[in-house]
Amino acid sequence: MNRIKIMKEPSEKKEIPASAGRIAVQVDDLTVAYNYKPVLWDIDLEIPEGVLMAIVGPNGAGKSTLIKSILGILKPIAGSVSIYGKPYDQQRKLVAYVPQKGSVDWDFPTTALDVVMMGTYGSLGWIKRPGQKEKKAALEALEKVGMLPFKSRQISQLSGGQQQRIFLARALVQDASIYFMDEPFQGVDATTEIAIINILKELRKSGKTVIVVHHDLQTVPEYFDWVTFLNVKKIATGPVKDIFNDDNLTKTYGINYKVSIQE
Amino acid sequence: MDIKEYIELVFSDYTLRTITLGTAILGAVTGMLGSFAVLRKQSLLGDAISHAALPGIAIAFLITGSKDSNTLLIGALVSGLIGTFWIRGIVTKTHLKSDTALGLILSLFFGFGMLLLTFIQKQPNANQAGLDKYLFGQAATLLESDVWLMAIITGICLLVLLFFWKEFKLFLFDADYAKTLGFNTTFIDVLITSFIVLAIVLGLQTVGVVLMSAMLLAPAAAARQWTNSLTNMVVLAAIFGAFSGVFGTAISASQNNLSTGPVIVIVASVFVIFSFIFSPSRGLLFRQIRFIANRRDLELQKTLAFMYHIAETHENISHPHTIKILNNFQGYTRKTLKKLVDKNYVTLDGTMWSLTEKGFETAANLYNQQAIKDE
Repeated sequence: MNRIKIMKEPSEKKEIPASAGRIAVQVDDLTVAYNYKPVLWDIDLEIPEGVLMAIVGPNGAGKSTLIKSILGILKPIAGSVSIYGKPYDQQRKLVAYVPQKGSVDWDFPTTALDVVMMGTYGSLGWIKRPGQKEKKAALEALEKVGMLPFKSRQISQLSGGQQQRIFLARALVQDASIYFMDEPFQGVDATTEIAIINILKELRKSGKTVIVVHHDLQTVPEYFDWVTFLNVKKIATGPVKDIFNDDNLTKTYGINYKVSIQE
Repeated sequence: MDIKEYIELVFSDYTLRTITLGTAILGAVTGMLGSFAVLRKQSLLGDAISHAALPGIAIAFLITGSKDSNTLLIGALVSGLIGTFWIRGIVTKTHLKSDTALGLILSLFFGFGMLLLTFIQKQPNANQAGLDKYLFGQAATLLESDVWLMAIITGICLLVLLFFWKEFKLFLFDADYAKTLGFNTTFIDVLITSFIVLAIVLGLQTVGVVLMSAMLLAPAAAARQWTNSLTNMVVLAAIFGAFSGVFGTAISASQNNLSTGPVIVIVASVFVIFSFIFSPSRGLLFRQIRFIANRRDLELQKTLAFMYHIAETHENISHPHTIKILNNFQGYTRKTLKKLVDKNYVTLDGTMWSLTEKGFETAANLYNQQAIKDE
């Protein structure tokens, strides 16, 4: 039996703003398969506006696939996705994405500032070049993630945590309403993890919706207010305080989990 | 022939001028586009495309019976494109990895092309001789019209690069992210790939099927060593490529019987080797020098730290100690002691040493300094 110890933070006990809100992301009957094997099976999911949500599940549960399908990177076999009631294609500007750090080649010849500037390309559209306004936005985002002193660094000379912050800054520049992040805490040190979670909490405070693929079950109650359990099928979704329990963990991970809340 | 004479000849001699200009333009355009191939980790794609072009050349000849270079190049372009999109198809539709798909298409098309060439050679047609020139290229066959074609395509390529620079960069670095921002990544991919195919086909007449991929990769690989900016890399690769063409032509023109294509490729490779060794930030030489210098620094610091810990135990930091005591320290050598004296960290008096004020301070701050260096 695995025992998870969770520290409860009294300061985090505010009302979840989502209860009153609109639906930011709606997923209906989503099924995705690589070749023959389904990776996601018939997912129905409603993500309320203004939540900071973790998607948890074992390796191969389809967490990244879910995000990529919502963002239109992968083509589902069946099902539909809507962002504030409309298809993703029409709502791109409301959505920002932080891919897994390992998905790109960090030896690419470019600087930190240049990568962050890429966040402005979506609103610029085809052909138009980024100008002073875009540069200013990128510098502000770098400042927010504490990477301003590294703006001219070649990206291969950044540490793993710094690279993750650059990716986060690139998403911040998009100035979106909904943020999707694929394992932003993977391979970063404790300082960076705290810095990142503080930014995510700030985003939620300003009414944004943040959806994070997350691996560390211990930090779920501390970091997030909403959680989705996923293992090919959706096991459960809802407020952490209601559904983050042994039952759902066992159903998702297939082994007996025991959550012990330390008051 | 000395250099001055040769340069005069380039400007006065029509054939030499055509070839020099042709190989320079070719080197520039392949260097530019090669940067993209290298950054996409598609270095082998160029090789597959050029080999895939061979059956197109043969088929174009069989259909038209003409050896006009433009006709044959259209054939090469068509079969090069077919090969490329087959590779893409194989990678997306099956489980095969891209290197397998590349190898498969490369040998399949090249084999078929060779088959057609031998078939053509057996035909009782006087016109058939010379098609095998496309295997290793023959720069001497370049006409002014060929150079014009190269110049126009290079111009178009340059315009497209300027227009879609931002999109290309984004796509090369993070294609998935480009997609989420609403850019049609298939369009960008097809655009880049088509231009790579076009550049390769343009070079077949000069450099040949077998060596063409080197023109794509060598200037780009060399350029990557010198810069950390994509713009500079593409510009540098174009310059390296152009110079490979000019120097290669010069060497082959001044030494009789050296065929131009292979010489150009060798010159390009010299650029690569030189860059790998002598580039200041990524080159092997300076990396080794930095490594040795750093290690010396560290040895010195460790010795100083060892002395500091001894001196620390005394009221007077400059209390003299015997040199023998230093033998207890693993990294100690006479040389390091001398260097410490040179730096005024330590003074010697016979067989005794003592730390100076400066040495003591430096040693006390060593760990802090190390931390600052890491930042």
